[in-house]
Parts: sequence; C-alpha cells; structure tokens
Amino acid sequence: MRVILERRDDRPAWLSLASPLAAVTLTMIAGAMLFALLGKDPLAALKVFFIDPLGDGWALQELAVKATPLILIAVGLTLCYRSNTWNIGAEGQLVMGAVFGSWLALATHGTANGPWVLPAMLVLGVLGGMAWGLIPALLKARLGVNEILTSLMLVYVAELLLDYLVRGRWRDPQGFNFPQSVSFEPEATMPILFGAGRLHIGFAIAVAVALVAALLMARSLKGFEIRLAGEAPRAARFAGFGTARTTLLVFAVSGGLAGLAGIIEVAGPLGQLQPSISPGYGFTAIIVAFLGRLNPIGALIAGLFLALTFIGGENAQIAMRIPLDVTRVFQGLLLFFVLGCDTFLLYRLRRVPNLRTA
Amino acid sequence: MAALLEASGIVRRFGALLANDHVDLVVAPAEIHALLGENGAGKSTLVKILYGLLQPSEGTLTWEGRPVTIASPAAARRLGVGMVFQHFSLFEALTVAENVALSLPASTPIATIETEVARLSRAYGLPLEPRREVWRLSVGERQRIEIVRALLQNPKLLILDEPTSVLTPQEADQLFVTLEALKAEGRSILYISHKLDEVRRLCDRATVLRLGKVVATADPRAETAASLARLMVGTEVKEARATAHATGADRLVVKGLSLPASDTHGTALKDVTLSVRAGEIVGIAGIAGNGQDEFFAALSGEVTGDPGTISLDGRPTGALGINARRRLGAAYVPEERLGHAAAPGFTLADNALLSGHATNGFVRRGLIDRGAVTAWFQRVVSAFDVRMSGPNPEARALSGGNLQKFVVGREILREPALLVVAQPTWGVDAAAAATIRQALLDLAARGAAVLVISQDLDELFAIADRLAVISEGRLSEPRPTPSLDREAVGLMMGGIHGVAA
Repeated sequence: MRVILERRDDRPAWLSLASPLAAVTLTMIAGAMLFALLGKDPLAALKVFFIDPLGDGWALQELAVKATPLILIAVGLTLCYRSNTWNIGAEGQLVMGAVFGSWLALATHGTANGPWVLPAMLVLGVLGGMAWGLIPALLKARLGVNEILTSLMLVYVAELLLDYLVRGRWRDPQGFNFPQSVSFEPEATMPILFGAGRLHIGFAIAVAVALVAALLMARSLKGFEIRLAGEAPRAARFAGFGTARTTLLVFAVSGGLAGLAGIIEVAGPLGQLQPSISPGYGFTAIIVAFLGRLNPIGALIAGLFLALTFIGGENAQIAMRIPLDVTRVFQGLLLFFVLGCDTFLLYRLRRVPNLRTA
Repeated sequence: MAALLEASGIVRRFGALLANDHVDLVVAPAEIHALLGENGAGKSTLVKILYGLLQPSEGTLTWEGRPVTIASPAAARRLGVGMVFQHFSLFEALTVAENVALSLPASTPIATIETEVARLSRAYGLPLEPRREVWRLSVGERQRIEIVRALLQNPKLLILDEPTSVLTPQEADQLFVTLEALKAEGRSILYISHKLDEVRRLCDRATVLRLGKVVATADPRAETAASLARLMVGTEVKEARATAHATGADRLVVKGLSLPASDTHGTALKDVTLSVRAGEIVGIAGIAGNGQDEFFAALSGEVTGDPGTISLDGRPTGALGINARRRLGAAYVPEERLGHAAAPGFTLADNALLSGHATNGFVRRGLIDRGAVTAWFQRVVSAFDVRMSGPNPEARALSGGNLQKFVVGREILREPALLVVAQPTWGVDAAAAATIRQALLDLAARGAAVLVISQDLDELFAIADRLAVISEGRLSEPRPTPSLDREAVGLMMGGIHGVAA
C-alpha cells in the first residue's frame, strides 16, 4: 500500500474552522515534547506559556499591546495574500512607517505644538510604509520582478537606515551616547485607554481596521477585485481589473498598515526610536494572516493568540529559565502546522495498492 | 466469433450519482464500435473502467472469454487495451520521440524509439517527424503522437475519446484511413463521439448511452443522424434554425488590426479586417492556436491597441479597456468557461457581478448591491434554464452545459449591441447547445451584431450568415455561408489558401 494526496471535490465548511484549531493543538503537542527534551515539566511549561498570561489584568493589557501591530499588519497581508501577491517585507514597511512618523515627532520636539502632531505622525507613518511597499509593487508591475525577494530584501535596507539614523543624526545629544532618540513629547505619544497600564488607543485602531477591512472585503467592489485576482487572474482581467493595478493597491494598503503599526509602536509602548523597534512583528504577522484563514476577523483573533506566544515566552524565560528563542520556535511550528493542516482542506489522503511498474 | 471484450452489468456510483447503471457492452474483434451519448451520459466513466482508471462498483469484464479485473492502466495495457485521451498529455518543449520515450521503460535508447516511431507512422499513415518539438506541431499531429504511443503497446483494443473534436475535416479523414487500416489488421476500436455523421460513416456497431444506461445497440449505417440523435437525447432535438433576417448598418468594424503574439507559443495577428452588421451572425472558423485567442483579446479590450483599428457603432474603441467597451454595449463570452469567463470558486451570483459590475448597476459608491446582483443572477438562471445543485452554488459545481448557459445568458440578457463569443458550445451537451445557438440567433434577430469564433464547422454552418477563416493570424474575406462548401473551408483552416476561391 502507498498513500497519495487526492484533490477534494467538496470543501466542507467545518474543516476550514477545524484546520487552524488542529494546527494549534499539534503545536502544543510538539511544544510539550520540546519542553520534555529540555528537561522541563511539559504541562507546567505550557501553563506558564499559554495560561498564566491570561490570568491578570496587567497581562491582558500587555497581550492587547503586543497584538496591536500584529493585527494591523496581518490585516494588510490578508488582502495581499488573498490576491496572490506575496508581501514578505512588512517588517521593513513597519520600520519605514516608524522612521517617517518619528521625523515629525523629532522635528517638533521641544517646541510648543498642538494636538495635530500625533494624527500627522500616524498619517506620515502610513505614507512611509506605503512608499516602502510600493517599491516592490512597482518593480513587479513594471518589470515582472519577483516581489517575494524584493520586499524581503528591502527589510534589511530599512533596518540599516533606522540604525544609521538612531546612531547618527537622530541620536539624543543628552543620551550618554546610547543609540536612541530623545523621548517623544506627550503630544507625540499614543493616549492610554484606561487610566493605568500600557494599553493605548492603537489597539482600538487595530480592531477598527480589522472590522472595516472585513466589511470592505465582503461588500465592496475593491474587495471583489482583490479576491478575484487571487482566485482566477484571467477572469480578473476579463472583469476589467488590471493585474498591475491590483498589485499596487494591495501593496499600498498592506505597506500603509505596516507603517501605521510601526509608528504606533514607536509612539506607543516605546516612546522613542531605537535601533530595534520590533521583535519581528512583520514576520510573525505572516503566521497571523494564515492562522486567521486570510480573513481580517480571523487575523484579529489569531493576532491575539500570537501575542500570547510573545508574552508566554517572556514568562517562561523568567519563571522556568526557558530560552526566549523558544518563542520563535513556537511561531515556526505553528506556521508549519497551519500550512500542513490547510493541505487537507484541498486534498484528502487515499491509500492505493502498490502498482508494479509496467 | 467470440467477443474481444464483454462488459456486463457494469455499475459505477459516485456518491449518490449513478454514472453507469448496469451497462452492457460487447466489442467484437476487428470492429469499430461507437460509444455514443451526450455529455454526462456515462461514456467517460465506462471507458475509464475499461482502461483501469476506475473500478466498477458492480459488474464483470470478460476479455477474450476470460473474466478479468483491470486494476490499473498498466494492467489494461498488458491485456492489450490502449487509449488516446481527448486531452493530450505531452510536454511541449520535448520532441516527438522524447514524448514517446516517457511512456516506455527508461532503458529504451532514443534512437530505437525514433526508428520505431518512423516505422509506425509510415505503416499507418500517421505522418510524424520524430525529432520535432511538440510545440511546433498542430493538434492533429499531437494526436498522432498519442496514437503512436498507444500502438507501441501493440493493443488489440484501442479506445479513442472524441478524437475528431479538434481536427479539421481533412485531418479527420486521414485519421479514418488509419483507423480502417488498424481494423484490417484485426484490431478493434472503441470510438467515443457525439458526431453522428462520422459514426455513421466509420463504425460497425454503436452502443448508445443515456443518463448512465444503455438505451440502444444499433447498426449506425442503418440509422439516420436524426434517429441516432433521438436515441442519444431521448427527445427530438430542435435544430437551431437560421432565419434570414434583414441586416442593417455595420456595428463592429475591424480595420487593419495587427497584434504581436502574446507569448512565444502565441500567434501574431496580421492585418485583420472585418465588419459585422446589425442583425447578422459572422462566424470565424479555424483550428485552435491560429490567432483566435489574440483576436478575442483584441476585440474584448483585454489587450488594447490603436484606437482606430476597432470601432463599435462608429466610435473608435481600439484603445479602450474591456469595461469601457461594455459600457458602449459590447458583451463577451470567452472560450474557457472556468478560469476566464467564470471564477471556479466563486458563487454564480459573484460570477454575475464579474462581467456585469460596470454596466448592470450592481455597484453603488464602491459597494456591491447584493440584492441587485441576486435578482439579476436569478433572472439569468430562469431565462436560460440553468440547472444547479443549490440556490447559489460555486461555478465549478455546475456541469459544462449549465455553466455555459449561464455565462452566455448573463451577457445576452443585457441586450448587447455586439456579442463576441468564442466556442459557444464547446463540450456542451446537445440540448444546451441547441438552447445557446437559438439564443444567439434570437439576439441577432433583435438587431445585435454577433461574432462567433468556433472550431466546430457544423455549428458555424448552422448559424452563421457569413463565414471567415482564421489561419496563422490572418483572416480570410468573410463570405455568405450558403455559398461556401465545407471542403473548401476545411482546406483554408489547414492554411491552404487560394484553392477555396
């Protein structure tokens, strides 16, 4: 007997819900095995990782803070991937959003200015991410350059530019030579949602963005265009939607949202520019987009779950001396299992008798 | 004489669907046996069982008097069953001999294969050059590779699935000579077709399937085309009738249209000139790959060019995109149903939106009016009798005929000034084909200009008022259909000009 993958004729609805749940379960099992190999009690480690962060209000707020950039970026990537366009460079677009927005914060630093600064920073952040995202989009639309490579490589360009700025021109003169900018003025930081804590209005923005994106994908002609481009590119041309136009659109939107995530991160939890402003949100958001079934509401839920792995990883490091890199391992395992389980949405396993070669 | 192959009581279920319902089939040695039936009658299922691709749910197979189980195509080939599929499995970048080599044990030297291919092609009148790359070959030549591949196994029974659907009349004639030669050697042929004239000409016996059951076994030479059609369809087939209608002014005018090939295997259009008047159906005949795809793309605006090369009702449209042309009253039905005319994974309502969003008032301020789309989609479904499994299924869930009625219907209901349709009844059952052809005739009778690009000469002769032939990207002068004879058109399709005049 051998086993082959056979294309499914039907696609039961329950499977598309069961697949991400199965992926999460398999990740937990693989994680438990990993902890056991490290000599830790697997159940205790999983509890520290996934249950404890949900225990108190502080941790829940922190969860939402971490989920904010993930949700924003993943919603943008959802549109991209739906249209069969592969933006892998959200991390770079995030950095450029942060750089563009921070420019205004630094330019107005120390001067008397009004409440317009923060909204203007957010707009600049969107524009910065959008501009960075449009580079691979234009290269693809005009010259047919593979967007996976260009968008990914531009991540490193953006990171080095940020590094140059915070070590050079934008370094805080009173910062004892630490590579970081001045702390932003209160007018240039995200307002906190509840009196105490770190939860800022960025989270509300992320939730609103996910809801609006879900509505537009389902109800607008643009959403139809994006879905059609991914489903049947030739039919999309027949519908009069140019391929190049769709590519530019989804890169602009996803780049803009990644840029927004970047400036919110800098103007929110960080409060200043540093050489490193993201623990890889732009890459983790790829997992969020797939775990969320390439659906904006799904991205909202999956963003919260992936945020849990960031916090759980920190917890596990403190409580059980488990290396922080386990977080990355978890995220990798999750993407692996999500894509693996999705295979069974399209295919089923069938056992066939061995054939002798004719 | 004992039968070569006898299938009795074959039943094959797919879930709730009974694709073969106690089918009996007897193929005698040295016989050309026709398997007739509409799309979905169960012909493909039956031959897949005979070739070992499917296993029957019930029933027995007997080969030369012995009961057999055909577990796989390899087992079928060992018995002596060969098969030529309707869709070829050839690598375009490889040569003829290399493609043949792929179906042989890896140790066979390519030089041996080349001589063997040359020998077989001489012996059976299948001209083939073993060292040519497949992409250079016509569809007829590609089919010959598949036949040679099958003959290398020295089969006693050769199954051919709709072999002439892609051939010119001349290529078909050549194929018939080959088949007669194979029969003279004592080989049997199972010939699947729904072209009744060729079945009557070629076949010794015919088994007719309808809805999975054998409804008749007949001597096709003793039947008329009409009586065979009645057996196949179960009712009288209404032949679409061209009514001589008054034609009006030019609506579509194409003048000196040239277009480079879209890719390396495409065909460039060379100085194409054509006009279609109001109330008229003009047919474009031609073998696939002679510029039809490029012509359709240029007419529809999927590819744009000089403004003056194409005009609709006097307005230059050559530089406009497809939606701008739709707003001027043009409508289009491409050849590929799934993937071009319709998105396979989208619902029918979404597929109504696909071609109608610019013209049918489906979109207000960027938002889709679901109510309007649904109402329109239901109108199409009821006007064109589209049979569906649910209230709003995905396009891929429909049978070919029903989806084709839908994609033609959604354009015709708009009452376009111009309809350009490619292969309107390709792979569609006879009843749906009749509905579609009648709808095209009615549309023209209401004053629209209709351009039909088709490889099916019978269809073009049945509905077109004037006929032109496209060959290697050049379009011949359209002539009134009654003044043309089939032979001449066939020669022109094969690229032989001048003779036809």
